[in-house]
Formats: sequence, structure tokens, C-alpha cells
Amino acid sequence: MDAQSRDAKDDAVAQSDVIYRHTLPVRVTHWVNVLCLLVLLMSGLQIFNAHSRLYFGNRSDPEHAVLVIRAVQKEDGTPAGLTTIGNLTFDTTGVLGLSNGGDGQLEPRGFPSWITLPSYRDLATGRRWHFFFAWMFVLNGLAYLAYSLSSGHLRDDLLPTRPQLRDIGHDILEHLRLRFAKGEEAKRYNVLQKLAYLAVVLVLLPLVVLSGLTMSPGLDAAFPFLLDFFGGRQSARTIHFLCATGIVLFVIVHVLMVLVSGVWNNLRSMVTGRYRIEPAE
Amino acid sequence: MDGTSRLNRRGFLTRISAAGGALLLGGCDQLSQSPTFRDFLSKAEGATQRLQRLALSSRSMAREYSASDLSANFKANGSTNVENPIYQTHVAQGFSNWRLRIDGLVERPTELTLDELRLLPSRTQITRHDCVEGWSAIGKWKGAQLGPLLQSSGLKPEARYLVFHCADTLGLGAPYYESIDLIDAFHPQTILAYDMNDTALPVPHGAPIRLRVERQLGYKHAKYVMRIEAVSALAMIGGGHGGFWEDRGYEWYAGI
Repeated sequence: MDAQSRDAKDDAVAQSDVIYRHTLPVRVTHWVNVLCLLVLLMSGLQIFNAHSRLYFGNRSDPEHAVLVIRAVQKEDGTPAGLTTIGNLTFDTTGVLGLSNGGDGQLEPRGFPSWITLPSYRDLATGRRWHFFFAWMFVLNGLAYLAYSLSSGHLRDDLLPTRPQLRDIGHDILEHLRLRFAKGEEAKRYNVLQKLAYLAVVLVLLPLVVLSGLTMSPGLDAAFPFLLDFFGGRQSARTIHFLCATGIVLFVIVHVLMVLVSGVWNNLRSMVTGRYRIEPAE
Repeated sequence: MDGTSRLNRRGFLTRISAAGGALLLGGCDQLSQSPTFRDFLSKAEGATQRLQRLALSSRSMAREYSASDLSANFKANGSTNVENPIYQTHVAQGFSNWRLRIDGLVERPTELTLDELRLLPSRTQITRHDCVEGWSAIGKWKGAQLGPLLQSSGLKPEARYLVFHCADTLGLGAPYYESIDLIDAFHPQTILAYDMNDTALPVPHGAPIRLRVERQLGYKHAKYVMRIEAVSALAMIGGGHGGFWEDRGYEWYAGI
């Protein structure tokens, strides 16, 4: 690199503004959360596989299942994996109901081995992973909430302002064109980010915890209102599953947005806190 | 960059992430089998038990349902019969010669017939049975309350747990057993159920009696109970973890 181009590069860095975007508590709790959610999802699917059906209400009456993932023998004798949601049945051989086990042989299992923890069928060990990381997830979440409330992070960074809410239509269009804020506007979260983060932090994650706790016969005795709130233990199990699905969908969109809006800048900001602002045109 | 090299690169990246994922999964499977790591993970059980015991007073009751909530078909899980000839003779005789033995750390070891059990203070409850696998069924249970029974046997002060020895075996012939501590033993809903849905407890559900310990998961509700032993520690019994499934990696405290 010659002297001239180095100068030009320094100028470019000077022109773009680097701000301190994520404080240490936010960064730490974010990555602890990533680890917890990954383990909880995979061990949760191991637990789900022990009874790969979902219901509403208190009882699991086989005839009233809302989701059934199962292995069957087709008329020609070949095995198949079927997934039934309500009245619709799909052939999901290879993924749901029937997929390759650790030894490469097709076996009946709800979710496939590459997404369960452990990969082989072991409910007891799946539960150990799940409850250990559930504790970690809850303590981490409580630490995050305590910090966010006391530091003003929730109010200052996550609560949308009135003008932001007014312009939400414009923001949606810009997002659809994958055009992201620059300059002054990029120093804060946009309104869709704020609403998505708030919904996850204040609705989805608390719901996944509470619906999980409602599956506990012990806590149902201690806090009977949990059963009424979710409409029964089997409803809670279904809602727990739906919340997990919601979290997975959020993570997919979240990671896609990170990828299209400057992956290194975003990653650096969640590791070191420093985020580069593109100068406004 | 031409199409081929882009495809190659994509193929390479796919292989790398697949290999990385496999490594991660393999690593997790190895961790899952490491005794040290498993012990580390099970620290959560102690935290769960302490927190639940804090939240539960000795009077907190499991929800009771109404007759209209009963499961039409209550699934019989685990053992659904007992092969051994002694048990089969009891079945044939309607359990008229069967005795429940209460021994161990008690002042007065006792043997009770089914008729004697039926004369003891009883409780009837319609409760939800939550299996560790995830399903739930609602049944009506009537049985002798365990608390008064223990009081009349005179628990010794050093008794801390009650072990339920069962007639059934699972897997490679290992006898089923379970254990609970005194908090659950003296809970009013903890009963030795001899009736289910207003008829004598059927064989698939554990005739002549099964334990109901309503604030815990299904595997704690031992079926085919033959003997109740009061002990001071669980280490010397079975595999040392306090129950058939506990010896196979499941939590002793099954409140969740």
C-alpha cells in the first residue's frame, strides 16, 4: 500500500463516524443468550421427540392432537415419516417422523438427529441439558432486564419515539428495499428493530419461560394460575413449542438483517461495542 | 470469478459448515456421555428442587379436576403386567392373600391386607398425571393416605426417605422401585391408590396399589407396590439414585 492510498483510507475512516453502540452488559447477555437458546432449542427437540404430538387443554387425548409427527408403513411396505397439522398431512420422510439416526439407518424420530441434543435418542440427558441451560437463560435474562431497566437502555434505546411510530410505513418500505439508515439516523435502532426487540424481550422470551414452567407439576401446585393463564398443561406445552418456533423465526430474520446490513460492522459492535456509521449522502 | 469456481466455493463452504456442525454435535454427544459433565449439568436439579420447595408450602395442592375432565383412555405406561408366578397367583386370588409390608426405620413393622388398607383414612382425588415424555391424562384415584399410615407405624427419627419396592421389572429384569422424602410422604394428596375411576385398580395401572405423589412426574408414581421401607439414605438401594429411572439418568426430584 503506498502513502497516498493510506492517506485516502485514513480520510475515509475519519469521515465515517464510529460510535459506542452496545454496552458491556448488553454484549455479554446477548452472547450468553445465543448459547442458551441454541442448547435449549436442540435439547427441547430431544424432549419433544419423546412424545412428538401437541394438544390443547389439560389432557393429551390422541384423537384431539393438533400436531402429530409419526412414522408409518406405507401400503407398499416402505416406511415413511408423516406430519399432520390439524387436518393436513404431509410426507416429511427424511426430516420429520422418519430420518437417519446416528448409524445412518432410517429410524422413527420426530425431529432429525442433527438438530437434537444429544443427537441420539436420550430423554434423560436432553432434560439435563435443557434444565441447566434454562436456569442460565433465566438468570441471564433477569440480569439483562435489571440492567436495561436501571440504565435506561429499555426506555432510551428500545422504546420507539412518536415520530418513529408515525413513519413506520416508510420504514417498512425501506426495509423491503434493503435500504438501511445512514448518518444521524443510524445511531439509533430503527422502529422495526425496536418493535422486534421489544416483542422478543418482553413477550416471547417471558412466555417461553412461563409456558415451560407450567409443564411442571410442582410449580402448577405452587402457582395454580399458570394453568389458567395458558389453558392447561398441554396448551402450555403447545405454546412453549410455538414460542420456540417464534424465536427461531426471529433469529432467522435477525441474522439475515445482520448479513445484509454490514456483517462485520454488526458483529464487531456486538463484540467490542464499536459500530461504524455510514455518512449520510 | 466464473460459475464453476463460485460453485466450488459454495460446495467448499457447505462442506466446511457441515463438518463444523458435525464436529459440534459430536462434541456435544461426547460431553453428554462424560460423567463429570453430566454431574455438572445435574447441578440444576438441586437448584430446581430448592426453588420449588421454597415455592411450595406443605399444603400447596396439585390441581383437582371434575369428573367431566377424566381421560376416556388413561394410558398405562411402563410395566403393564407382572410376569412372576407369585404376582399372578395374587391376581388370580383377587389379592386376598396379598400383604403390604411396611418396614425399615419404623418402630412397628407392619403387614396390611388390602381390606385393612381400605379401612384406613382415605382420600379421593381427580388429578392430572404428567408423564416425563410429555403427555398428560386425568384419572380419579382413591387410596389410603400415606401420612397417617406412617404415623401409626412409628417412623424412627433417622428415617428420611420412603422406598417403594415394586413387583414389576423393566428392561433386563431390574426391579422397579421409587423413593420420596418425608415432605411428599406426609402431603395430604400422597396416597396408596387402590381404586381408579371408581373400580379396583386394574393390573395395567399397578394393582393392587400404586403410589400417587401428585406434585411430581409419572415415574415417581410407583405401581405394583409390595413393600414400603423407611431409610436414612438412598445410596445403598438399587443403583443408589433413589429409583429405577433415577438409576438411568432421570432426576430424583421430578417436580418438572
